[in-house]
Amino acid sequence: MAKLKARMPCEEMLPFTFGTVKLDETNLGVMTSVMALGEDAALSSALSDAHGVGFPKANRTLGNAGGPRCIWFGQRQAMLIGPAPDDRLQVYAALVDQSDGWCAVTVEGEDVEHVLERLVPVDLRRMHFKRGHTARTQLGHISASITRTGSQAFLILVFRSMAASLVHELSQAMRAVASRRGNG
Amino acid sequence: MRLDCPICGNRDRREFYYQGDAVMLERPAPDAGAAAWDGYLHLRANLAGETRDLWQHEAGCGAWLVVTRNTVTHAIHTVELASAVKEALR
Ligand SMILES: [Zn+2]
Repeated sequence: MAKLKARMPCEEMLPFTFGTVKLDETNLGVMTSVMALGEDAALSSALSDAHGVGFPKANRTLGNAGGPRCIWFGQRQAMLIGPAPDDRLQVYAALVDQSDGWCAVTVEGEDVEHVLERLVPVDLRRMHFKRGHTARTQLGHISASITRTGSQAFLILVFRSMAASLVHELSQAMRAVASRRGNG
Repeated sequence: MRLDCPICGNRDRREFYYQGDAVMLERPAPDAGAAAWDGYLHLRANLAGETRDLWQHEAGCGAWLVVTRNTVTHAIHTVELASAVKEALR
């Protein structure tokens, strides 16, 4: 069989910077959708035993960049990022490999909240939305998962097919914010 | 208009999809007869006042919700998980 070349969803589109804000693609590696079947508590302890991160509460993430990470992803759903899922989890959750299904970007910089407030109908300011907080919401018209990863940084996930639309929406908002600052 | 999703918190209306009367949770028995099924499928009261409707937090957690609101005053009284409402009907 022909050897196919792996291609990132935002390849040749990123990175770029406007004003104080930088947008770049983030390679998250293995991503597994974890949908609870029985008790959430049993699933959480099985996840902790296998990967060192439990099942997150609604609107929260567990773990950090680099290590295993679990991002809440909807009603009784989370995305396990990093390790391939341990087989023992199958008793507690439906597991689906979605590694190639998502486009992940990191947007960061001083004006990042001003960029996102033009696109996202959730208050993402630091006083309300702290590091480790996450939201399923919309970015423009795109269904998205948005997580704060730092004081001026967010991880944004959208369906892979939405990669170009995501880059377009963010670039427009980044340009607009930069031009208001007078450094576009 | 904003809705208090029991899972996600207070969110903008654009994240939600409207389905219709929450009577859809009270499906008649298969042998309930033509009149019961006709009412369940087709007949809606269309009251001016308090209504109970099904909404889905489509762009959020994905949960189906029962929203009790007043079509005259636009007040929203309760937002409950449809799964919990259905459980209570059993
Ligand atoms: Zn919700």
